[in-house]
Amino acid sequence: MNRRTFTRFLISGMVLIGLPLSAVAQESIKIGEINHYKRMAAFAEPYKKGIELAIEEVNAAGGVLGRPLEFIFRDDQGKPGEAVKIAEELISSEGVAMITGTILSNVGLAISSHAGEKEYVYLAAEPLADSIVWASGNKYTFRLRASTFMQAAMLAEQAAASGAKTYATIAPNYAYGKDAVAAFKKNLLALQPDAEFVTEQWPALFKIDAGAEVQAIERAKPDAIYNVTFGPDLAKFVREGTDRGLFEGRTVLGLLSGEPEYLDPLGDEAPEGWIVTGYPWYDISEGPGKVFVDAYQTRWNDYPRIGSLVGYMTVQSIQAALERAGSTETEAIRDAFEDLSLDTPVGQITFRSIDHQATSGAFVGRTALRDGKGIMVDWEYKDGADYLPSDTEVMQLRPAGQ
Amino acid sequence: MGFYVAQILTGLANAGALFMVASGLSLIFGVTRIVNFAHGSFYMIGAYIGYTLMQTLPGAIGFWSAILLAGLAVGLVGLIVEVLVLRPVYKAPELFQLVATFGVILVIQDLTLMIWGPEDLLGPRAPGLRGVVHIMGEPIPKYDIALLVITPFVALGLWYVIARTRIGILVRAATQDREMVGALGVNQAWLFTGVFALGTALAGLGGALQLPKGGADLLMDFNILTAVFVVVVIGGMGSLPGAYLAAVIISVVNVFGVTFLPQSTLVLIFLVMVLVLMIRPYGLLGREEVAGEHGQVGEPEVPIQPAGRRSRALVAVGLLVLAALPLYGSSFIQVLATDIMIFCLFAASLHFLLGTGGLVSFGHAAYFGGGAYVAALLITHAQTPMELAFLLAPIGAGLAALIIGWICLRLTGVYFAMLTLAFSQLLWSLVFQWGDVTGGDDGLVNIWPADWLKPTTIYFYFSLILCVGGILLMRHIAHSPFGYSLRAARDSERRAEATGINTRHVRWMAFCFAGVLAGLAGGLFVFSKGSIFPNELEIARSFDALIVVFLGGVKTLAGGVVGGAFFKGVEEILTRFEYWRLAFGLLIILVVTFAPQGIVGSIRKIFDRKVETRS
Repeated sequence: MNRRTFTRFLISGMVLIGLPLSAVAQESIKIGEINHYKRMAAFAEPYKKGIELAIEEVNAAGGVLGRPLEFIFRDDQGKPGEAVKIAEELISSEGVAMITGTILSNVGLAISSHAGEKEYVYLAAEPLADSIVWASGNKYTFRLRASTFMQAAMLAEQAAASGAKTYATIAPNYAYGKDAVAAFKKNLLALQPDAEFVTEQWPALFKIDAGAEVQAIERAKPDAIYNVTFGPDLAKFVREGTDRGLFEGRTVLGLLSGEPEYLDPLGDEAPEGWIVTGYPWYDISEGPGKVFVDAYQTRWNDYPRIGSLVGYMTVQSIQAALERAGSTETEAIRDAFEDLSLDTPVGQITFRSIDHQATSGAFVGRTALRDGKGIMVDWEYKDGADYLPSDTEVMQLRPAGQ
Repeated sequence: MGFYVAQILTGLANAGALFMVASGLSLIFGVTRIVNFAHGSFYMIGAYIGYTLMQTLPGAIGFWSAILLAGLAVGLVGLIVEVLVLRPVYKAPELFQLVATFGVILVIQDLTLMIWGPEDLLGPRAPGLRGVVHIMGEPIPKYDIALLVITPFVALGLWYVIARTRIGILVRAATQDREMVGALGVNQAWLFTGVFALGTALAGLGGALQLPKGGADLLMDFNILTAVFVVVVIGGMGSLPGAYLAAVIISVVNVFGVTFLPQSTLVLIFLVMVLVLMIRPYGLLGREEVAGEHGQVGEPEVPIQPAGRRSRALVAVGLLVLAALPLYGSSFIQVLATDIMIFCLFAASLHFLLGTGGLVSFGHAAYFGGGAYVAALLITHAQTPMELAFLLAPIGAGLAALIIGWICLRLTGVYFAMLTLAFSQLLWSLVFQWGDVTGGDDGLVNIWPADWLKPTTIYFYFSLILCVGGILLMRHIAHSPFGYSLRAARDSERRAEATGINTRHVRWMAFCFAGVLAGLAGGLFVFSKGSIFPNELEIARSFDALIVVFLGGVKTLAGGVVGGAFFKGVEEILTRFEYWRLAFGLLIILVVTFAPQGIVGSIRKIFDRKVETRS
């Protein structure tokens, strides 16, 4: 036996794959959406529902450029290599107008690099890494959500106002955690030059040894703690920290900790009095934010998470860009995204032409308990435009000619 | 002082769940020789079942009985899995079972998602054990104390069963010599089933027991797997006291790593593992493996032979059809074919090591990812021309294989496999944590080929020539004098040495050669994707290749390539569906049970039978 079988498999496999591609509808404008639907199901499902709600609204109102909008959802298993392959397929065989998606930053970076090389527009919806628009930014990549830097800057502002002098940080030991700590330090030291960082903890992602981390932070006796852990790590950290009295009398700042995805699993053990960024959908009582929450609850019989909001805004952004472009040509869409302004449930946002970052903001508030659930109180929506570095700095961060 | 005591107590408490899961794995391996990749999945369902039971059963009694019941329920699942999935493949070549356990992982992942939903579940508190006690002024959670007390009792209980009961005697006898046990009239099938159920029950117990310290989530199966493997290997495969000792060492090292080397916790445990294996190759309390037991399991194999004229003609036609792909296939089909060819080359390089050399490497991704990283690092930091960087990818990977192979080849069998795993994990954690150079998990991006190679069709031909060339070269070498020496060393080390073959040297060269070809695949990969991330060095990547080789058929020359094409092709089609992991897992299990010789092996068997009946 030999390579004969191999070739047969290869060819029959390809014929199988090739078949459905030729039988597609002519009418709709197609958008490729690549995500880790299985690997990060808790985040991807609300995100997908947000997208679906928005598509239904767009198409009920007559679509975009007189054509219906259609998303092609594809699972990349959380592997950057797979995502690039799927992007290639969507662009070359499915004829999508542009690509969006991903939650994990590394997958986002892989698609972004591919988009720069093969020249198609990629809207990075959820990935937070600063490098997507800065160090590794390119002409064809845009980012919707408030980045790590922006959200960390919002918390640094709160920290500086708290009067704490010594800080401990705890962040998962990977790129997002490192970016988040670096951005927080930079912004805090600018606002409060005498701030001191007494310990930095770097638990492995999703493998936190919470008891040991809590002890190590306690030993450094900081005035304030800056937390970047999330998901199961956050749950373990909160539980051990509460048990061992780590948070008593300390200012605690939590990046993303107020997002329903992270706060809700904690139930009645959600920490109280943390200063966090998040999404208090339950207390948004008026305006377009309320309209979105109501529409989402009616459609899905479930409440929105931050991912739902991002998914909804992704479709809104794409719709606005397509309408401004007046066509589905890559260059037209790309040009349309630059300085594109649109109204979203959180207010007006603009995709900056200088670095392709949208000025989406974040909600900053304090955590509290209500009816056995963690919520955010005293929150305020902070406009992302106010938390970005100066234009000269941004120009230095971005590679020349992009 | 109080701080150190508190840290040690924390470490000991963490060792609890780890020990239970690891002891289960160790026990299963000791008796059945199955390396159970799905062990983390049983741990995960233990946590989920425990969670559900704790919601329904009230009070402290309810809580503790929920933990016990979760263990029992998982043991029952383990029993079903063993009878339905593993029994049919005991006769298959050694280690073939791990393909089956991989299928089980996929099925359990999707079923868990279906039953319990995507959201993380926060574990309920143990009734009456909320809060802390102060020991030397340091707060210690009460549940930690409870774990500290419970674990030694479980360990003692296990020890009692193994050392003092008749079942234990049988288990120990089977660990030492399972054929002899069978010859003495013990029903091996039920012994295996029982041990597998006990091992998985322990994993479930561990999962339920850690609930008050964390919870249940869908990533916990893979997240614990590495730690468990490390513990089992350090302790010695099959040794329960070893597992306990290693669980304690790893947990305590981790706890102090958190305090003193917070940046390097990942590297630390693999460093410990490599060190232990270099000093004590069979783990702290493990025993030397009896090589190959009494000859090979299953039927004697037919020696491989060069393809006949007819097959050669067919391959040539097949290659022509493939080479003509740009004439009839879209640009995406060419990209997909490039992907598949690269994966086939990678799988074939492992197959060369495994099939021809008899060397089971669990860490082959180190050379694939290593080659890719060599090229990417050169381009990012030294602005090396693409052609040179590409050339250096296989050379760099080969050098890594030269060094790692030299160290690992001191060991044989499953310990060799584990040491290769340790090194690949060490490499992975270095790349992951050395963010300034490697970009950490944000990887290295914008690694594109030189302008003349950029068009999809040109790159397709570039890959076609190198992949097919590499695969043919491996085939050729298998039939060369070097290949004969390698196969001799595989089949009978003593006789090979008696005929004057330096078996260690031959194996070392084979290891290196496989590393070079994996590095070539890695180089092709990075320039086709334009970016590289640490996940290409992960355990999961090594396992992909391993599974493919077994799926295709270890004992055939085409196994790696056919398995690779099958795996990638099916994955490509199935991932378009919602519950693709379930479907993929079931398909793998089906293939495994109906074709225990692998795809090529089984097809050949059918073919041979036809020839026989005809003649």
